[in-house]
Amino acid sequence: MALLQISEPGMSTAPHQHRLAVGIDLGTTNSLVATVRNSIPEVLNDEEARPLLPSIVRYLSNGRAQIGYKAQAAQTTDPKNTIVSVKRFMGRGLKDIAYVENLPYDFIDTPGMVQLKTVAGVKSPVEISAEILATLRQRAEDALGDELVGAVVTVPAYFDDAQRQATKDAAKLAGLNVLRLLNEPTAAAIAYGLDNASEGIFAVYDLGGGTFDISILKLTKGVFEVLSTGGDSALGGDDFDHRLLCWIIEQARLAPLSDQDTRVLMVKSREAKELLSSRTETHIDARLGSGEEVRLTLSAETFAQITKHLIAKTITPTRKALRDAGLTVDDVDGVVLVGGATRMPQVRKAVGEFFQTTPLANIDPDKVVALGAAIQANLLAGNRAPGDDWLLLDVIPLSLGIETMGGLVEKVIPRNSTIPCARAQEFTTFKDGQTAIAIHVIQGERELVSDCRSLAKFELRGIPPMAAGAARIRVTYQVDADGLLSVSARELKSGVEAAITVKPSYGLSDEEIAQMLQDSFKSGDIDAKLRALREEQVEAERILLATQSALDADGNLLSDSERTDIVACMDAVRREVQGNDHDAIKAAVEALARGTEEFAARRMDRSVRTALAGKRLDELT
Amino acid sequence: MQNHFDLFHLPQCFSIDTAALDAAYHEVQNQVHPDKFSTATDAEKRVAMQWATRANEAYQTLKSPFKRAAYLCELNGVDLQTESNTAMPRDFLMQQMEWREALEEAKAVKDVGALEKLDHDLRIARKEEIEQIGSLLDANDFSQAAQGVRQLMFLEKFKEEIGYIFETIE
Repeated sequence: MALLQISEPGMSTAPHQHRLAVGIDLGTTNSLVATVRNSIPEVLNDEEARPLLPSIVRYLSNGRAQIGYKAQAAQTTDPKNTIVSVKRFMGRGLKDIAYVENLPYDFIDTPGMVQLKTVAGVKSPVEISAEILATLRQRAEDALGDELVGAVVTVPAYFDDAQRQATKDAAKLAGLNVLRLLNEPTAAAIAYGLDNASEGIFAVYDLGGGTFDISILKLTKGVFEVLSTGGDSALGGDDFDHRLLCWIIEQARLAPLSDQDTRVLMVKSREAKELLSSRTETHIDARLGSGEEVRLTLSAETFAQITKHLIAKTITPTRKALRDAGLTVDDVDGVVLVGGATRMPQVRKAVGEFFQTTPLANIDPDKVVALGAAIQANLLAGNRAPGDDWLLLDVIPLSLGIETMGGLVEKVIPRNSTIPCARAQEFTTFKDGQTAIAIHVIQGERELVSDCRSLAKFELRGIPPMAAGAARIRVTYQVDADGLLSVSARELKSGVEAAITVKPSYGLSDEEIAQMLQDSFKSGDIDAKLRALREEQVEAERILLATQSALDADGNLLSDSERTDIVACMDAVRREVQGNDHDAIKAAVEALARGTEEFAARRMDRSVRTALAGKRLDELT
Repeated sequence: MQNHFDLFHLPQCFSIDTAALDAAYHEVQNQVHPDKFSTATDAEKRVAMQWATRANEAYQTLKSPFKRAAYLCELNGVDLQTESNTAMPRDFLMQQMEWREALEEAKAVKDVGALEKLDHDLRIARKEEIEQIGSLLDANDFSQAAQGVRQLMFLEKFKEEIGYIFETIE
């Protein structure tokens, strides 16, 4: 149901009403932006016709940054300030990062998420990722000739809450309106599913630069239903490069390397890996800083042999995902390969052997995620007519729990639950007169808190003193359609309600993001305040239109006085939009939102009833 | 508030038409899913999230025979007494002990074959238990059905443990 239905149903949307939306694949190695133009999804190239943007950011001493190919060119000469594979640091603490010893950066071990010391100051992975996203946003706005309505940004399906939140923050920081965070394998399934009008059970095997995902989906007419997902958010093509680097050091008996030599050999490793996708043998030739020469020959067979354990690491989660879906290999109708690392012949072979079928790879594995995201963005922006759309049902990858006595985890929402979902659980106090309770939010599958990821800790205070066990504290977990969690707690018994909603501890508050955006504009040429005001005005106009069309369609659900109240809220918004007080417009829009919530709920009830009633009539005929 | 059966316009009984359930669930989600409201007002977005959450919960409850049975007992005013009532038939308890021993052994020696056999036996036992509960429920014998649901709960828990051990020994 389109709420912003300006034209009559059945009439095509006029071209000027097409709302510009993009899909962005923020990858470990490369990032892309795609859109749907004239019903065809396409990747948007840079001014030199290159589709990929290397996910590399170099900071310069004047405070500015180079992004993409320019930064890539400097990676061996200025490794400390040239950040590659920043995705691996998103939502991660220093102890979570693999091979930190081989990385040339100056990390700062800040709580929740690391930061990096560069020549342009201390940068968080969120800010670095935002540079990449802002570059893609600019590319899209230049290509499409106008500002974007919004973007779908993809994340690995196996990303936990911390990593997802960090990605969303980065997108906001880049000035993007995030329509949805979409799981990468699900995006690929959309691109394939709509392309081939497929039905049945599909497995999407997605091995990217730094992450591995496996998703099992059921495709039926108009519905993409994720049954289960699994993976490893720290396994990808980079690990194959690293394995090769270790092999080179071993074979050439090299002494400990400088940062620069490490980067040189890392680049050589990646090149060798890529060449072996189409050859049976390749040479590695490099000259180190000391003048020492490295000359080695590597066969495809040796490469497959030394990376066997990495491929095995993808098969275990694949088996687990199938079992979680209650399926066996025989139930799978097709397997889709996604991610640049699936170009390696040994990966294709292993996947084919496991599923006993030839995997599909007819859409470019580097582009398929961005294309799927663009298709979904086009849908979410409202560019498709009702009836000509589809339903996407995705899941959370990891269980969400709460710490109980003795450092144990009690699961509140199990993994592979369809989102959005919520669950409330009741707890009590264990001491007489206890007035506060600590709530520790956990993500993971293990029984001990110490083996899982801590997402947030907060306290519910102000509980009236009662005997131990008398208080009734209801803790509610809500996961939204982006897979992001919010937690609230409330004491029920006393009638005194206290509620708190947390954002995981590493997350940035909306105010912090606003401040960072403001700061970033200082060096730019845009007047941030003016831009914010304009955005608020556009948003207000949009909401007025949507509310008016809701009143026209379903006004009979309201009593006269209810209608009068809503109209009064609308008038207040109209008044404020004329002025230029940003906060006043925002307050009026929020008042309108509160004033229309009950109306929205009644409309939804009606639409559900009508839809099911219509269905039953159909069945009778 | 409507119960889960009413929500999907399904008759309130254990033997449900799963195809009709799937179709009704998709129909409801087609109306309420947040993806249909990504450019809507904040009020509509909030309502959409609540509705979609509710539809997911109702669907998960009715789709799982175990949850559906427990829910039917609850709707008919029978307390499952999962915490307080631990009385089980002797045969059932013996069987449980045997399985647990077999599970411990399979785990200790990492015997995937033994684990698969256990998984298979459990599947048959669950199927039988579910069929029995189903006929009790559809005959409106809710207190007997509740006993069956308590037993089934043990089997569900055991299934989870098998799954967990599969993961650790693979």
